Amino acid sequence: MSHSHTDQERKIPLIEVENLKKYYAIKGGIVTHTTAHVKAVDGVSFSILEGETLGLVGESGCGKSTIGRALVGLEKPTEGKICYEGQDLAKLPKKEMEKIRTHLQMVFQDPYSSLNPRKHVFEILAQPMLYHKVSTRETVEKDMVRILDMVGLPRNVLGRYPHEFSGGQRQRIGIAKALSLNPRFIVCDEPVSALDVSIQAQILNLLKGLQKELGLTLLFVGHGLGAVNYVSDRIAVMYLGKIVEIGEAKEIFAHPVHPYTQALLNAVPIPDPAEKNKEHYLLQGEIGSSVNPPIGCRFHPRCPYATEICRQKEPMLLETGSESVHYAACPIVMTSKEAWK
Amino acid sequence: MRQENLSKTEKDIISESYFQTVFRRFRRHHLAAVSLIILIILGGAALLAPIIAPYDPDEIVGTFSGAPCKEFWMGTDQIGRDVFSRLLYAMRVSLLVGILATFISTAVGVVLGLIAGYFGGIADMVIMRFTDMVMSFPYILLVLVAASIFEPGMWSIILILGFVDWPGIARLVRGNVLSLRETNFVKGNLVAGMPLRHILFSEILPNTVAPILVYATSVLALSMLDEAALSFLGLGVRPPTASLGNMLNGAQSLTVLTRQPWLWLPPGLLIIILVMTINFIGDALRDALDPNSGR
Repeated sequence: MSHSHTDQERKIPLIEVENLKKYYAIKGGIVTHTTAHVKAVDGVSFSILEGETLGLVGESGCGKSTIGRALVGLEKPTEGKICYEGQDLAKLPKKEMEKIRTHLQMVFQDPYSSLNPRKHVFEILAQPMLYHKVSTRETVEKDMVRILDMVGLPRNVLGRYPHEFSGGQRQRIGIAKALSLNPRFIVCDEPVSALDVSIQAQILNLLKGLQKELGLTLLFVGHGLGAVNYVSDRIAVMYLGKIVEIGEAKEIFAHPVHPYTQALLNAVPIPDPAEKNKEHYLLQGEIGSSVNPPIGCRFHPRCPYATEICRQKEPMLLETGSESVHYAACPIVMTSKEAWK
Repeated sequence: MRQENLSKTEKDIISESYFQTVFRRFRRHHLAAVSLIILIILGGAALLAPIIAPYDPDEIVGTFSGAPCKEFWMGTDQIGRDVFSRLLYAMRVSLLVGILATFISTAVGVVLGLIAGYFGGIADMVIMRFTDMVMSFPYILLVLVAASIFEPGMWSIILILGFVDWPGIARLVRGNVLSLRETNFVKGNLVAGMPLRHILFSEILPNTVAPILVYATSVLALSMLDEAALSFLGLGVRPPTASLGNMLNGAQSLTVLTRQPWLWLPPGLLIIILVMTINFIGDALRDALDPNSGR
């Protein structure tokens, strides 16, 4: 395990996110004005190394999808930096940005709305490839067949419309579309959560295989720890717009530090009935409001270990001291005084 | 079927299957299918008026207000012109006014709706307030003003109706664009770095064509009715040019109404038939063009 530490430090991160914030204004009043902000993402920093898969987990509404969308340019950060190969995306000139665009692609959650119902697969795939000159009129069909083959679809899907396909097949087309521009980084925004359980594994295997084969870097957003763990090298756990724990997937599963991570792991159903009666801490209550997040540690209203200081001061991400790189934001569990801001 | 398709190139399967589906679904509406046939026949007759019409529509060829006979199938009007010939030419004018006015209003509505819906913000606010203003403006007043400024006639009525009927389409398009803008396939193409013109005209617009087309058919029917109403009042198409509206003009007199039905019955019936068939077709198109209504 110790060698992975030095290994990771030597690599350059492909994606670097620094203090990313995304606030949405809530408008109201008789004369329309901004009355409050939804703090979807509230100061998040992490980096993704070339060729690795970072899993991003958390409950609905914790801001994980917003981060994914911001990384591919669908959301403009309120504050903070997103760097691709060390270049700040917000400061890049338009020409440069257009070149980089195709490097950052996305696979969407809902395969039913991610394909234009008026276009057949040929058009859906060919238009961006031709526009970006990834392929030419002569070679485009061959290129598409090659990509379809990679995602496990036969060539005759090209002439069909999206409504003729099942959810799993559509998601394969969605993945093909993301792959068609030769990206280096793909955001997978809960790519399996809208699919049948039997299909989920197929798509996860496909993504995992493609990542290895093409050396892709992935951000895998999901709310099921099982799926995320299966594809991810590292996992970041989010709660109410903040990362509460980040580290290697194995390590997080073996030694979860933050109480929220522990609760998430406990929430995974256990198929063994003998284990059923064991005491498990399960999360009580609802995720807090992202308009007025709890003061201090955002998790304290639901935390079994919460003390007075948790209600006053916000904890920072600190090294847990395990052998691999592993950070968590809970000084109570980690019993370290400097963890408070 | 599949076997046969597979042997052709992919492109062929595509264009065929889409129109085949639409056509098949359209045919299921028997009323609309019959309407389409009637409309094609009437449209053809209007188009071929110079060939079909037995007489010059503006020439005095018979007795005053002659009843239908072998020579004049639908009789002659008050000054002795052939009603049948005039009817054919009138249909030409009415259809032309309707189609051109609809074309103008659809073009204006689509452009404004696209801009308002996609860009939002100030553009949206300005356009939508302007739309509300036009909607709340009584068009008869507009026609009166326009008639006093320009020569009243076919072209001015086309322009007036065209620039009065667009708000409905603008609202419809804006609403559709607002929801389409948020769909994943539009987002996906933004991520793919596709240019604005592709997003607007290749992703968004094709998905609103069906509702626009359906709405346009009702605008077509309405503008033909409006033309008839305005011409009936003497504000529209000017005699001697015949239009369905100004042919009805004669029915203002009680003698004509009670004693000479051949002067007002044919144009009146023709207006009803045209408007009804167009509306039936619009209804069927709504179902036939829906991409999500299945196989």
